[in-house]
Formats: sequence, structure tokens, C-alpha cells
Amino acid sequence: MTDVGYVVAGWGITVVVLAGYYARIVVRTRRASKSSEQR
Amino acid sequence: MSQGSRDHDVREARLLGPRVSTGIGWGALVALFLLGLFGLWGAPPDEVQGDAQRLMYVHVPTAWLAYLAFFVTAIASALYLWPRTRARVWDRLAGVSAELGVIFTGLTLVLGSIWGRAVWGVWWAWDARLVTTAVLFFLYLGYLALRRTSEDPSVGAKRNAIAALIAFIDVPIVHFSVEWWRTLHQQATVFNPRLSAEISGVMAWTLWLSVLAFTLLYVFLLDRRYRLAALEDDLDDRELDRAIAARVADAQPAGMASS
Repeated sequence: MTDVGYVVAGWGITVVVLAGYYARIVVRTRRASKSSEQR
Repeated sequence: MSQGSRDHDVREARLLGPRVSTGIGWGALVALFLLGLFGLWGAPPDEVQGDAQRLMYVHVPTAWLAYLAFFVTAIASALYLWPRTRARVWDRLAGVSAELGVIFTGLTLVLGSIWGRAVWGVWWAWDARLVTTAVLFFLYLGYLALRRTSEDPSVGAKRNAIAALIAFIDVPIVHFSVEWWRTLHQQATVFNPRLSAEISGVMAWTLWLSVLAFTLLYVFLLDRRYRLAALEDDLDDRELDRAIAARVADAQPAGMASS
């Protein structure tokens, strides 16, 4: 793999992990808010 | 606790006001966009490492954020253990910050491994900095697992707080490992014992921008994750209240229940 390949892999993994974590928080918050309103 | 006051507590259960949180989120997004521009194109390639050095702009801030997140966990745990400041907010804050710390430590290890492969030619080396960082990752992973096992919340929170303080001992060991032992990993570029940054120009301020962007992102995620934890705690509490009420109703004689 070239230097550029390592850089793209490193930056890409960072973006995917952090964006995925935020998306999971958003989904779980919506679900919890909905359950809270229903009770 | 009455239902009304509990609903009020959940609405208030956030670290930052909604406008401040949204502002920090947008600030983080703009800073990350600028970081992408300068980290990938604006800053020059390193004279020795070439373009592989661009991994520094994500590896260093994730390591810094891991330290910060575990520091927040340690402070919140100490505040929980101190009887005068004991409150659920500190236990919850410790837990959510540790979760972020584990994510940032995991990223630090992966990014370090990729960078190591590019410049050292190996994915992993039994180097003091790498090993102590891996130990840090597993210590806090264990801490998060421990948080899930408690049956009595108050006893569990005390035990978790003590575990968090013990785990934090590894943070200065990780930081000073490159000074204490001869390592393959380079010594600190900025926070070295001489406190003399060995980086300058566009590379230096791109590095500072990366630290700023990731710090804003950490504060934003911490606030959102804290809000989620508060909502889930409230749902658990309501479930428990309902179960207790059902048990009490079952225990009452039929005549008493109808009177």
C-alpha cells in the first residue's frame, strides 16, 4: 500500500467510527424519547 | 420522587443548554472540515515520512482526547466518592466519558498501527508506548463492563468510581512511557519535558486545529451521550417503580385493594 493509501485508510476509519457512534446516539435517543412519551 | 419532578429532572438532565450544544456541534463540524482541507492538502508532507505523516493530524488528537476523557472520568468519579458532592450526575458523567475515552483509545491504537506500518514497516511492536496504551484500552473496557454488572446502583457506582480512579494510574504511565523507557515510538512533539514544541509553521497550527476540532467534537458527543444516558436511566427507574407497585398491589389482600 502507498503512503496515500495508509492516510486514506486512517482518516476514513476515524470518520466512519465517529460518525457511526454519533448516528447510534441519535437513533437510541429517538427510541428512548419515544418510549418515555408513551409511558 | 413524583412523576412531575422526574419529568422535569429528565428535561434538565443535560450538560449543556440546547443552543450551546448545537453551537459546539457546528463549531466541531467546521473545524473538522478545515482540518480535512489542511491536514490532507494544505500542510506540506514531512521531509522524512512524506504523506504518511498526515496521519499525525488524527492520531495525536485522538490520543489527547483519550487522556482528556479519562481525566474527566477520574474527576467525576472522585466527586462521586466524596460524600459532600455525591450525586448521580457524576457517576453518569464518568460512564459516558469513559465510553468516549475507549473509542478514542481504540482509534489511537488503530491509527498508530497504520502509521507504524507505513513508517516502521510493522503493524505492531512490543514497545512501551504501544503496550501501555493497549493496557489502557482494556482497563477501561473492563471498567465499562463492570458498570453493566451492578445490581444495587449506589454500591455499584461507588465500586465503579474506585475502579475508574485505579485505571487512571495508567494514563501518566502511557504519557511518560516514551521518556522512561527507550522506545520505538517517538518522544512527545509538544508536551515534552522541555515544553518546547518540535513542530512549527503550517504543520504546527494544523496540529493545533486538529486538537481543537476533536476537543469540540468530544464536548458535543459527551453532551449528547449524557442526555441519552439520562433518558435510559429514567426509563429503567420507571420500569422499577412499576414493578414495585405491581408487587405491592399483589401482596395486598383482595379486600384492602378494593376498599
